[in-house]
Amino acid sequence: MESAAVETGLRYTRMRRLRTRTAWLFLLPMLVVLAAVAGWPLIRTIWFGFTDAQLSDLAAAEFIGLANYLDWDDAGYFGLLADPDWWLSVWNTIRFAVVSVTAETVLGLAIAMALNVNFPGKGLLRTAILVPWAIPTIVSARMWNWMLNDQFGIINDILMKLGIISTGIPWTADPSYATWAVIMVDVWKTTPFMALLLLAGLQSLPTDCYESARVEGIKPINTFLYVTLPLMWPVIVVAVIFRLLDALRVFDLIYVLTAGSKATMSMSVYARQQLIDFQEVGYGSAASTLLFLTIGILMLVYLKLTRSKLGKD
Amino acid sequence: MSRFQSSRCVLALLAAVFVLAGSVRAAQLTMYVNPIEAPYVTECVKEWMRQTGNEVTILTGPAASSDVLALYQQQLAAGTSDVDIYEVDVIWPGLLANHLLDLTPYSEGREKLHTPPVIANNTVNGRLVAMPLYLDAGMMYYRKDLLDKYNKPIPATWPELTATAKAIVDAERAAGNQRLWGLVFQGRAYEGLTCTALEWIDAYGGGTIVDADGKITVNNPAAVQALKEAASWIGTITPEGALNYAEEESRGVFQSGDSVFMRNWPYAWALAEEEGSPVKGKIGIMPVPAGGPGGKSTGALGGWGLAVSKYSKNPELAADLLFYLTSAEGQKKFSLLGTYTPSVVSLFSDPEIQAKNPVAILEVFNNAVPRPAGVTGSKYNRVSSEFYNAVHAVLSKKSTPEDALRSLEASLRRVSRGGW
Repeated sequence: MESAAVETGLRYTRMRRLRTRTAWLFLLPMLVVLAAVAGWPLIRTIWFGFTDAQLSDLAAAEFIGLANYLDWDDAGYFGLLADPDWWLSVWNTIRFAVVSVTAETVLGLAIAMALNVNFPGKGLLRTAILVPWAIPTIVSARMWNWMLNDQFGIINDILMKLGIISTGIPWTADPSYATWAVIMVDVWKTTPFMALLLLAGLQSLPTDCYESARVEGIKPINTFLYVTLPLMWPVIVVAVIFRLLDALRVFDLIYVLTAGSKATMSMSVYARQQLIDFQEVGYGSAASTLLFLTIGILMLVYLKLTRSKLGKD
Repeated sequence: MSRFQSSRCVLALLAAVFVLAGSVRAAQLTMYVNPIEAPYVTECVKEWMRQTGNEVTILTGPAASSDVLALYQQQLAAGTSDVDIYEVDVIWPGLLANHLLDLTPYSEGREKLHTPPVIANNTVNGRLVAMPLYLDAGMMYYRKDLLDKYNKPIPATWPELTATAKAIVDAERAAGNQRLWGLVFQGRAYEGLTCTALEWIDAYGGGTIVDADGKITVNNPAAVQALKEAASWIGTITPEGALNYAEEESRGVFQSGDSVFMRNWPYAWALAEEEGSPVKGKIGIMPVPAGGPGGKSTGALGGWGLAVSKYSKNPELAADLLFYLTSAEGQKKFSLLGTYTPSVVSLFSDPEIQAKNPVAILEVFNNAVPRPAGVTGSKYNRVSSEFYNAVHAVLSKKSTPEDALRSLEASLRRVSRGGW
């Protein structure tokens, strides 16, 4: 009997080992591809960050340690960590990400709740709201650039005809407006994506909670605060992560709307400018590495915060 | 295999051998040119092929010039001999000089036939590394009809232009033309603003940011004065939105009839004079005005040239083709095919060119100001970025001209660390 048990146990272990091996075998091609298209470029970028590589001659790159990050000579500190433009771009990116993702989440949730109600033609409407998301960013950014033009843009034209303003607002020209113009266009584009993600979440919620809330005569606002929101929390956390990851590496929108202006430059725009425009592959790679680290750290902080909140609930 | 078939095979082989031998005898050159100019270059090259019996392959790269530069750099860094002649932007000679052939031994003094600023621009450390194919320069467009209506002469200096624009805008707005502005230009934070602002500073005699010896000269009283003048336009004769205008946005305002003056490149002429353009027949063109009575009229130098790769296997032949295309004969043909402005001085008085291209004003190109690309070499884009951001801060009233130029000088010092 004992030997039978051992036999079964052995067979079980053998089977498990076999299964594990098969699993690895199936995963292998995928891992190889990942290593080639994601791992290798990442490692290469991190490595270039420690060199003085120039785009014109990558082979001549020499190891210079941390000099791209911080360096010191008689004239003062040099390197990324001493570059006010880098810190400005970090601040720009974080401000952009926090404001736009917050707005998208709030609006997205409102739209998702509205679309969650049964009404005729809702399938059509659900599809229609996805149009801004379906347009490539580069196209919608160009489109908004013309619409926001101070002289012949349609936005100023409408505002002027309504008598709200008397002269056109230079939306994308004045740095203090430009930040908001960029955020507005991003909200316009990405709210549908958020709404769709949250709508999927709403539709998977159990209906019994709502029924008992109705029976108890709870006010709709309280139903939302004490039933919908806690139930939706995990979905919102995931949706916000998706968007934050995206927003923190924003490039195309800002690049098209305001070109090389430092006032609105994001971390990605900064890194690209160093890599391509200035041909400083070493310095630009260091910036890309820092961008990667910054996003990583911000994600850890975010997960820590949301998890502790989840725990309390 | 039948006898008939095998003899056909032998014939085919023989034919192939002859074709190969033929192509070996006549040299084979390869050129990289911009897609827009490719058909005209091809047409001009045909004549040279007919005369010399050599073959030329013309390749076209991407349309965006920054992509073209990246492509060239990869090829040149690899030392490829696949391409003999490259078409290069006027701001590239300093950047690519190490990979380009010195044309001086082949030129036989022919560079003296061209306008001096572009030759100075193409000469890096005493080596002539490119010859101009065609020129571009910043120009001032004006509304002839509005100047006539208010009896204003064509302004020769910036203060005159400012006063004229202000007077016309005030009068027109009082008469109900609320949309009219005085001056539009390229104020977006990009290379175009570097060109535009370099013209202002040059007009006041404030130098070229970095001088020919590599000294940073931008922080000087003339430059301060120029930027003060420019900052005073924003909101009065220039819409604030111009701070985000590139070429096409400026043209959009001017061509709709909503601006008295416009700073732009020559390309806008043909479009503004097109059938259906609201300003057709109402516009004129002149050099960018001088700063004051003592200053000089100007225009930022642009355009493209041809350069021979140092790695070419046929440098002599490539130089021959290059000098053919940039000769008076070659440039005339090219200019007439595509309405480009030549750089050969004698062509400016050529009646055919004058008739087709009113933008060919010799004064503009003789006074043109080159960007400091030759001396700053691979760091030029950084210099340009620092410069246009400083100017942008002044125009958007985030900084005074004095402060902006002082901190620009400091950041250029940082950029030039370890030499240009």
